[in-house]
Amino acid sequence: MGKKVTEYPVIWLQGAGCTGCSVSVLNSVSPTIKNVLVDEVIPGKHVSLVFHPTVMAGTGEPAIEILQDKQKTRRGEYLLVVEGAVPAAEGGIYAFVGEEDGKPVTLLSRVLSLGSNALAVIALGTCASFGGIPAGAPNPTGCRGVKAIFEEHNISTPVVNIPGCPSHPDWFVGTVASILLGGLPKPEELDEFRRPKLFFGSLIHENCPRRAYYDEKKFAKKLGEPGCLYDVGCKGPVTYADCPLRLWNGGVNWCIGNNSPCIGCCEPGFPDVVSPFYARMGENLPQARGK
Amino acid sequence: MGRIVIDPVTRIEGHLKIEAMVEGGVVKEARSTGTLFRGFEIILQGRDPRDAQRITQRICGVCPTSHSTAAALNLDSAFGIADKIPENGRLLRNLILGAAHIADHILHFYHLAALDYVDVAALAKYRGKDPALKSVRDFIARGESAPFVSRGRSDFRLSRKASETLAAHYLKAFEMRRKGQEAAAIFGGKLPHNVGIVPGGVTAVPTVDKIASFLWRLNELREFIDNVYLPDVFEVARAYPDYFEIGAGCKRTLSYGVYELETAEADLVKRKRLFLNGIVFEDLKREPLDISRISEEVKSSWYAEECKGKPAAGKTIPAPHKKDGYSWIKSPRSDGRVCEVGPLARVLATYAGGDPRMRELVDGALKEAGVSAKALFSTLGRHLARALGAKFIADSMPAWLLELKPGEPAYIDSKVPEESEGMGLVEAARGALGHWIRIKDGKIALYQCVVPTTWNASPRDDRGQPGPLEQALTGVRLKDESSPVEIERIVRSFDPCIACAVHLLSPKGMEIGRVEIC
Repeated sequence: MGKKVTEYPVIWLQGAGCTGCSVSVLNSVSPTIKNVLVDEVIPGKHVSLVFHPTVMAGTGEPAIEILQDKQKTRRGEYLLVVEGAVPAAEGGIYAFVGEEDGKPVTLLSRVLSLGSNALAVIALGTCASFGGIPAGAPNPTGCRGVKAIFEEHNISTPVVNIPGCPSHPDWFVGTVASILLGGLPKPEELDEFRRPKLFFGSLIHENCPRRAYYDEKKFAKKLGEPGCLYDVGCKGPVTYADCPLRLWNGGVNWCIGNNSPCIGCCEPGFPDVVSPFYARMGENLPQARGK
Repeated sequence: MGRIVIDPVTRIEGHLKIEAMVEGGVVKEARSTGTLFRGFEIILQGRDPRDAQRITQRICGVCPTSHSTAAALNLDSAFGIADKIPENGRLLRNLILGAAHIADHILHFYHLAALDYVDVAALAKYRGKDPALKSVRDFIARGESAPFVSRGRSDFRLSRKASETLAAHYLKAFEMRRKGQEAAAIFGGKLPHNVGIVPGGVTAVPTVDKIASFLWRLNELREFIDNVYLPDVFEVARAYPDYFEIGAGCKRTLSYGVYELETAEADLVKRKRLFLNGIVFEDLKREPLDISRISEEVKSSWYAEECKGKPAAGKTIPAPHKKDGYSWIKSPRSDGRVCEVGPLARVLATYAGGDPRMRELVDGALKEAGVSAKALFSTLGRHLARALGAKFIADSMPAWLLELKPGEPAYIDSKVPEESEGMGLVEAARGALGHWIRIKDGKIALYQCVVPTTWNASPRDDRGQPGPLEQALTGVRLKDESSPVEIERIVRSFDPCIACAVHLLSPKGMEIGRVEIC
């Protein structure tokens, strides 16, 4: 008690997404979400979630005032978390977050203004990272990931992508903890898609407990069977994530552990390049990871 | 007449704006507007039908399990296997969906709704020994009180001790809802966005260790519902009894029924389900569900008149300059009648249908709250029905677990037909959810979802009848127009899910949406 605690303000915006990444972060086990919200995630350092549409007490105008206030008073000091893609078609009219001076403000404009004054941006989930499901063909609302939007508008704020549909709570909490401990990730700590190598450094296929089946060509012919799920559509051979080692929901299970093929949800080509999800992937898929 | 705008309405799923016209402190008229559009029905066109249950889950990360179930039932019927699902598949679907619903109801009451009734700032003076509450006190003392505390809130009526208890339960509830999601993931692979529920059943094969692991999470949840959740709803009800009268709405509810008790019947309306389907009226009489009576109206929606009609043939042609339009949400009606959907609807349908266990549960709760069954049509009634619904599901689940046959498959394989149609009806945590598909050349030609919040947040229909949420807000007296807590409490009692409800949005429409009625 009485010791100095440094507050790290976090502003969490939701765009063209489903709130699934927020729900996933609530599933964090160690630390629990209570630890993340209230306690010092790293001794002496507390993550202060000043704006989050799903959990915050405030609503309407007082909630929007927090956004405006932090942008001025904590300029360059706050972390911006973006969940959901940014609809950019037609000036961003497909998503609004609150009003200013009686006029609705687009998510695009909030991401640009809050993003350019942030210490860094965490693009949480595949939508915010690469566009994801709402950017699926024909991408009716012109959805883009945060980094693509920043490049178009010459915003140089660092962006870390933590994809996944949804993202794993450990990937988010681990990235935040590493920023609190050692500052922003160094370029060599991120892969070509700005994902932390710590979590996205190897293929699902490389660590899959069913790899031996693949090597021995023992393939499941339908869902629910033992064997390698390659023939029923598994995209583990082209998907970078540590799901087979980390597991999900407190370690109770994961997709392939449930006899269901990996659908490649952490890749920039999700959903179009990696679908149909239950069809064996084409031979050219490894080259098609990018959009 | 004054105009109150709440934008964004926080602690709901998605992006919602509420506008209320107020005269003499009373809401004369209310309108709700969704402010995000992603266009799922357009994205689904031309894809492999089997991908629908992966993609439609991403409509909503709060209720993805319900979408996967609706999609799987929809595809079961389109693939011609609705009556061939293995028993293990039926039971596992019930268990995955049940655990997700329980987690969702707990999340809704504690993390979305409770901050309207509980003043967490009261913990600043906490002197007790609970380590969790002490850490919250220290947190508030550091001056960074977000996200629990906001400026300008009023009408907190719980005693300091009750507030402390509820705040402790708010923290405990985080753990409980997490365990609900873990239980669902035991057979669903992961949550949110499970991979287990597919057309043909469930991909997991139940084993004894998984059954035990599920059971003991369920046991904890049941203990929490009985000893914490339900008592807390009564605690709030005692402090805010007027909310058994505020926010009644249309007093007519509609349920599709949910949790399969058999697989032999392919027709989902006739299939035996734990929660019954049907429309329940103010006099608590129940009319059986008739899907052919359901159609969507678009008089107040920015869609061309030809978009009116049955969901199975649903069209979505935007008409942003439409004179009477003020919403991007359509107006689903049953025989032209406005219906509320949600936990209240399925509890009432089951109660009015004479289910003995539901009658005992509801009658006992009404006695404890000291109100009549008609008081369930209210803000508090929705919260009470949600908690009772959670108990009803949770108490049904141990038997399903024990019926599972370890090691036996829960899935039957099938082929995607060249041409077919399907329908999937289920209850999401927040109400009746329907998916419709038309398959052509083995691909999705048309996919339509009519989601709970489309019913609840619908605008005025062809006859000018306001939607359930609009009706619930009309006539409400505001104690303090600068802090319209009454509006927020009513809106959140519906547990709106706006990401689901908004199907299409177009540029110029937003301007029309902001016309003031003064």
